[in-house]
Amino acid sequence: MLVSLAAIALVVGGSAAAFAYTAGWLSPGRLTPDKVVDAFAPPGGPALGHRRNHAKGICFTGFFEANGAGAELSRAKVFEAGRYPIVGRFNFGTPDPHAPDASARVRGFSVRIQTPDGQEWRSAMISAPFFPVSTPQDFYQLLKLLAAKDPEQVKAFAGAHPRFAAFGAWTKSAPWTGSYAEERYNGLNSFIFTDAGGKDHAVRWSLIPEATPTPAPAEELAKRGPDFLEQEIAQRIAAAPARWKLVVTVAGPGDPAADPSQPWPEGRRTVEAGTLVADKVEQEVDGPCRDVNFDPTVLPDGIRTSDDPFPAARSAAYAVSFDRRTAEAKNYGAQ
Amino acid sequence: MSAIAEPNAVSVATGRFTPLQRLLHWLMAIGILSMLFIGVGMVSTVSQAHLTLVSIHKPLGIALLLLVILRVGVRLSRGAPALPADLPEPMKLAARLSHVVLYALMIAMPLIGWAMLSAADYPVTLWSGFNLPPIVSPSRELHAALWNAHRTLAFVLFALVLLHLAAALFHALVRRDGVFQQMAGGRS
Repeated sequence: MLVSLAAIALVVGGSAAAFAYTAGWLSPGRLTPDKVVDAFAPPGGPALGHRRNHAKGICFTGFFEANGAGAELSRAKVFEAGRYPIVGRFNFGTPDPHAPDASARVRGFSVRIQTPDGQEWRSAMISAPFFPVSTPQDFYQLLKLLAAKDPEQVKAFAGAHPRFAAFGAWTKSAPWTGSYAEERYNGLNSFIFTDAGGKDHAVRWSLIPEATPTPAPAEELAKRGPDFLEQEIAQRIAAAPARWKLVVTVAGPGDPAADPSQPWPEGRRTVEAGTLVADKVEQEVDGPCRDVNFDPTVLPDGIRTSDDPFPAARSAAYAVSFDRRTAEAKNYGAQ
Repeated sequence: MSAIAEPNAVSVATGRFTPLQRLLHWLMAIGILSMLFIGVGMVSTVSQAHLTLVSIHKPLGIALLLLVILRVGVRLSRGAPALPADLPEPMKLAARLSHVVLYALMIAMPLIGWAMLSAADYPVTLWSGFNLPPIVSPSRELHAALWNAHRTLAFVLFALVLLHLAAALFHALVRRDGVFQQMAGGRS
């Protein structure tokens, strides 16, 4: 009797313990998506109802005009010649939805492309040419260090992580522009394209602006008003659509496909797969991008994730950001 | 207490669930336990395992929805063997109620998950290239409500599964009244 009851307690208690372990409750060291999202919050707490990073942005719609050339790399419908509707969002890296646009050092372009077969491709790209760190763990450590505002520790991190130092150099030396339309946006993460013959190709992609970038000094941008990027893109696209070439770069043998902090060497094969066209801009508050999670792992058949660890981490963290902000819908725009 | 510890002292249930019912029960037992562990695991990590677990969670959830529909049909047509006559009334009531709630959760959880993804405007991808249609329109408020429900009910379901497991083992090891064998098979 006692032995039987003890056996039952053991089975039930063991199951509960295994569940708690799986949930991470017994592993304080596990890097959870909640921790990553928490680490983005400014000292005063996050802006409720908004994305936890790249919080300021403006919606656009338009289309992707595929020229058919991408089909040699991927069997995804989106690469067959044709025109596919898009919803996107111009944004920049900040947890504050009211940050001044002059602080937009790392600008972003998020997009969802839908094809008639019911599939879609979501991507969130940034203007930086490479990512500052190699792993989600390093990224989390960096967020914590930046939040602690200890220059010595950040310096030590840069010493130990040369790509972060290189990223810092990029932020200081790269020219600023006065328009979302003049930026090049880079996917940074590598993905696997599978062609119609079943052959895999490790790739990264970028959007190359049709508009000529006009460098503008940062001090001068600060005088244009807190929302000049949004006003400029709305006016520009009201006059004429803005366009970017979608360029897919194929990895060479031995290229670091798992490390977005390492650009691939110049001269790699590229395929221009078509043109992204933004022909209408709408404010985020009631815009079509407001409730879209631009999760980079939402992919059509013919594209899948690679051994780059970031898309999985981004997917997990974006989901937490989305779950929180949708639960705070009544707070949206209240700050 | 000695009365229930003595097998000869209780009436023994001899009926069995049909082989199909037993197959469905054990298949779903494995599936549901897997789903619960996959669910708490996939939201607790930023590693590549996150994507792998999510890609299992969705098709397995739909498979369990199909199985529970079949199972409810079989249960309604074939019934269930009687509980031992001398099982105390509160335990009988607890058994019936917990089974009703288990069935309700088995039906509700996949539907809530499917609706939650629909409300979030995510494609409901069962495998690469195959998406289920949305069952509700995108809405952040509805997404938040469904997300809360899916999460809360998952813990309720896990607690009920543990209770069910404890009760089954109590029947098997302590009461030895044949109830465990009704689902497990074998001689009681």
